[in-house]
Amino acid sequence: MERSLKVLEQQRTVATPVRSDEQAAASRLRRILGERLLFVLFVAPNLLLLAVFTYWPLVVNVYLSFQQWDLISPVKVFVGLENYRFLLGDRDFHEVLRNTVVYTAGTVGGTLVLGLLFALLLDQRLRGIALARSVVFAPYVLSGAAVGIFWVNMLNPRFGVVGQVASWLGTVSPDWLNHPRLAMVAVILVSIWKTVGFATIVYLAGLQRIPQELYEAAMVDGAGALARFRAVTLPQLGPTTLFLVVVSTIASFQAFDLIKVLTNGGPVNATTTLLFYIWEQGFVAFNAGRAAAASVFLFVILAIISLLQVRIGERRVSYD
Amino acid sequence: MTRPLRWRRVLTRLVLAALVWLVVAVMGLPLYWVATGALKTNREIYTFPPVWIPRDPQWSNFLAAWEAVPFGRFFLNSLVTTAGAVTIELLFALLSAYALVFLDARGKGFVFAVTVAALLVPQTVTLLPNYLTIARLGWINTYQGLIVPVAAVAFGVFLFRQHFLTLPRELVDAARLDGCGHLGLLRHVVVPLSQPVIVTFLVIYLVSHWNDFLWPLVATNRLEWRTVPIGVAYLYDVEGVQNWGPILAGTVMALLPMLVVYVLAQRWIVKGIGGGALKG
Repeated sequence: MERSLKVLEQQRTVATPVRSDEQAAASRLRRILGERLLFVLFVAPNLLLLAVFTYWPLVVNVYLSFQQWDLISPVKVFVGLENYRFLLGDRDFHEVLRNTVVYTAGTVGGTLVLGLLFALLLDQRLRGIALARSVVFAPYVLSGAAVGIFWVNMLNPRFGVVGQVASWLGTVSPDWLNHPRLAMVAVILVSIWKTVGFATIVYLAGLQRIPQELYEAAMVDGAGALARFRAVTLPQLGPTTLFLVVVSTIASFQAFDLIKVLTNGGPVNATTTLLFYIWEQGFVAFNAGRAAAASVFLFVILAIISLLQVRIGERRVSYD
Repeated sequence: MTRPLRWRRVLTRLVLAALVWLVVAVMGLPLYWVATGALKTNREIYTFPPVWIPRDPQWSNFLAAWEAVPFGRFFLNSLVTTAGAVTIELLFALLSAYALVFLDARGKGFVFAVTVAALLVPQTVTLLPNYLTIARLGWINTYQGLIVPVAAVAFGVFLFRQHFLTLPRELVDAARLDGCGHLGLLRHVVVPLSQPVIVTFLVIYLVSHWNDFLWPLVATNRLEWRTVPIGVAYLYDVEGVQNWGPILAGTVMALLPMLVVYVLAQRWIVKGIGGGALKG
């Protein structure tokens, strides 16, 4: 009995290293397989949603853009490239594209320039500066529909506060929202008011990350305030600006609620942007094919812009 | 320092300070205008030059707005939709980012690329196909129709991943050696160390869902399923331009929840947006 125990013990001591090696290998394998399975379980739900509601719609859009369909009838008619040909030759659609470019350029340009200006102003030590920053950013968190409503009130030529400001400046406020040219100007100005706080905050963070030594070195070289701004501040803010251009451009292509409430795309088509047109074609005119073809246009334009910006970004990054 | 130079400095500072308060006045004026407009009588609203301070605050405007359209129902719908979507997004973003940073597996680069590339697909492009999908599922005028199609998360995964990469690796390894499973690690180590980023995430997604207009407009077609932004636009339509007092009161009600969130969480929003932007 004792001997057999001893033998067992010996066997065990001999066997242990071998078995633990196998065990370790097995457990490592199990761990790796387990982690891979866990990885799939962790990422799958979100990927599934992205596949069904973000990527699959791209395919559906391309398919629908070759059909003529009113969203209701059980039959779709294959029309080839007809929807694209229609859009390319359609005057209204040309105007929509022009509006989209004007709106995007105006909003993005205005937001960035004013955002930088506000950030420079708000980057001072001043009593109440925190409150000032809060007020500038606040419009960004508000609903575009609600913002549109109170701006309609403010822009009213008969009793709006904008009329009061105009009379202080010695002029008369026009009927902004019903004017074929000024309607777009008004929509852009309201969009800038709503989004400039975002650019301001991002620029502020960018300004505060610029190393102080750069300014000191420039001052030693005798650079004045303006020269320091051009030689240090602007180049250092390059990546921030690029980020803002990308984000603001994509956001301005999504602008809908503000335009819907302010002008409903009018007068006539003066403020109908691409997104507004897609919605109108799809859900008011029930022309699925045209809406889908316009969606494909929009996606291609955005993809080109994104690629261009990535290109520029690469050049900028190597620059500093 | 010579005298004229000092004077110039003082003057510059004064001018800069004045410019700051000019900016605040211009940016704040519309907020002041909607807040006071909500308390004006219609007579005070339809007059020129405009009245700056309502003489006799008309709190009844809020009651009139509440009774003109089913605001209670709008708020309930917005609340359920926002809470549902944000909860799903938080969960999915935490799990995805954790998997991308702490799990040992192949295909991480692919998963990350597919997730972040979704940022380039605008809601506009997915609008019609997603409407067709939920119509086929019978999800028009339902909470699942309002929530599920907009609950996929891309930016949030990016945000969490960037933060998780900065967490001390030793801490995670130590917890693993103590026999902590991955879910336990996520709950007891990673999440507590990520609270500021989680607050930033919550605010960003809360605001974007509460304010969303286009998807709820398409996913519902009955008044009792509309959310607050569409509801307030509807109030503006039905009251026309004849009754601005209640319209502005309804607008204030629609704005108030996000303004409160903003005031409470300001610190984190500013930090999150400023910091997140520069890392990206």
